[in-house]
Amino acid sequence: MTTTVSKIRAKHVNVHYGDTHAIKDVNIDIPLNTVTAFIGPSGCGKSTFLRCLNRMNDTIDTCRVTGDIMLDGEDIYNCKVDPVQLRSKVGMVFQKPNPFPKSIYDNIAYGPRIHGLFKDKSDLDAIVEKVLKRAAIWDEVKDRLDAPGTGLSGGQQQRICIARAIATAPDVLLMDEPCSALDPIATAQVEELIDELRENYTVVIVTHSMQQAARVSQKTAFFHLGHLVESDDTNKIFTNPNDQRTESYITGRIG
Amino acid sequence: MTPKPVTQKPATRSLFDVSDHMTRRKAAEKRFRRYGQAAILVSILMLLALLFTVVFKGAGAFQQTFITLEIELLESKLDKKGKGNIEDIKKVSTFGYTPLIKKAFKSLATEQNIKTNIKTKNMAKIVSKSAAAQMRNDVLADTSLIGQTVEFTFLTNSWVDGYLKGRVTHENTKNNKNISAQQLDLVDELVAMGVIEKRFNLGFITGADASDQRPENAGIGVAMIGSLVMIIVVLLISLPIGIAASIYLEEFAPKNWLTDLIEVNIANLAAVPSIVYGILGLAIFINTMHLPQSAPLVGGLVLTLMTLPTIIISTRASLKSVPPSIRSAALGLGASQMQTVFHHVLPLALPGILTGTIIGLAQALGETAPLLLIGMIGYIATNTPETVTDALLSPNSVMPAQIYEWAKRADPAFYERAWGGIIILLVFLITMNTLAVILRRRFERRW
Repeated sequence: MTTTVSKIRAKHVNVHYGDTHAIKDVNIDIPLNTVTAFIGPSGCGKSTFLRCLNRMNDTIDTCRVTGDIMLDGEDIYNCKVDPVQLRSKVGMVFQKPNPFPKSIYDNIAYGPRIHGLFKDKSDLDAIVEKVLKRAAIWDEVKDRLDAPGTGLSGGQQQRICIARAIATAPDVLLMDEPCSALDPIATAQVEELIDELRENYTVVIVTHSMQQAARVSQKTAFFHLGHLVESDDTNKIFTNPNDQRTESYITGRIG
Repeated sequence: MTPKPVTQKPATRSLFDVSDHMTRRKAAEKRFRRYGQAAILVSILMLLALLFTVVFKGAGAFQQTFITLEIELLESKLDKKGKGNIEDIKKVSTFGYTPLIKKAFKSLATEQNIKTNIKTKNMAKIVSKSAAAQMRNDVLADTSLIGQTVEFTFLTNSWVDGYLKGRVTHENTKNNKNISAQQLDLVDELVAMGVIEKRFNLGFITGADASDQRPENAGIGVAMIGSLVMIIVVLLISLPIGIAASIYLEEFAPKNWLTDLIEVNIANLAAVPSIVYGILGLAIFINTMHLPQSAPLVGGLVLTLMTLPTIIISTRASLKSVPPSIRSAALGLGASQMQTVFHHVLPLALPGILTGTIIGLAQALGETAPLLLIGMIGYIATNTPETVTDALLSPNSVMPAQIYEWAKRADPAFYERAWGGIIILLVFLITMNTLAVILRRRFERRW
């Protein structure tokens, strides 16, 4: 593994849902300003682990997380950390596009509004324009910012959701299978966007598509049955994996 | 792999040849549809029968028979001292006014040359017993009327009204002490002259209840105010409590045995017979807290107990129906749980909450049993409340209680009013349900 600055460092992370042991002793470093892909068969725990990184699992009553997850060297599960504040630094994009049933403008402006990230109306307008441009959707929606976000196509909705996530100015962007509900063209647009986002953000993406992982990520982590089997440069994982299970999975023999 | 050679299988059966099994399946399906259609037809017929009966029997209550009489307001009877002093005039009770009606009949009979062998005393009996009070009120309001001849429009007594509505006939007056065949002949003549006529009776909608003696004078207006005040009390108390309880239970409360227990009990409370809430209200609000009996405030509190579970259940159901992806989206952006609920979940659940609340209120509006125990049934609502406190704390009746009260009185004229009251109650309920539909449509948003 090449040495880079790590943004997130997880040590001995275990997750239990009631009696189910979902994540078993995971250790991983997620480097700064790179795209890290989590791959693995369904139910292997990759989404669960992703949701640990911004404490979205807190909303599930039966979920217990142990171990350390450090963001910039700070333990995010420390009792002094407010998950609400954490989530403003670690944004999330979900599998299904989930814009609010409000206007496109209000969708984007919601994060800045609740976090007080703007001075006045023109400042907010500027933020909205900036992130919509960043999410490569400005040209498609600039004339109808008042239209409901739910009226857009799936791919547009997902880019709105990405724009909404980066409007709160996070450091890390977590993406949980962001393209699984999209067609190939929209997928290509979103993938292109993810690649651009790498400049400013640390991106973690969960994906079922190995081609996608190969296309967008620099680092890949392979999960299997709750274990982190292998985590390395994407090139290495896809060409010369260390573990037998990784090789079986990427060649399509398991999973 | 080499492709297998395709062997053409001989068709066992043509598509046009329908098997027995298929025929039976289709018949079963058809039968089921017929059952469904029959069920809908039966319910529509029942509804129509109900509506037809209610309208047919109750429409009469909105019309009443009136008599127009020229009354000479004699100073010698109404203001014996002749000083125009209001205190003196007030001393003359309604008994002082009754002779004036008799006198009016006497002069009417002579002027119009009506041939009848009944005494003027019995002639005057076709006028409602409320007539004297009506005159007295008018005179007290404007004492300058004394000494003049004024045209008054009085209600007739309920038997005359019944005669014009076909309830009373010459044949069935034989054993009736209240009205005689001769009086009915007189009524016929007066109707021909235009003195007696049947027209729309606003008094039924706006008026107060009247005693057993004067069914023609009874109205549902005061009970309507009672209902309105009571429903406002229910709304103001149960809506905030209901919504707060449901939001807490649905969005914030941990899921453990205690919240499970609360949940089961709320569901059970919704099924508790309403009279149980009545006796609870009697014990708590009247016997322990010493709130006044028959007061709309107490009625509202009792019905709040009854409505709360309904509101909580429907609110929780509509909160549950908001897709979890919306919550995740807001939480993922760093919204706190309260911001998530108030900015996103609640607005989306609002149409459902409103509908549930209005249905709950409509239920409360039509409720009779629990009010039995706090004394709202049996109370004769004759006074229109003048202030808000008065409306809340003074004894009053409510619409269903008023209807029940009328239905149990012996006089058929009251029976007609009970049906009329039901029409008004139904109009209220239909209005509320329409409002629920409109609000739902208006606030509904798609995602």
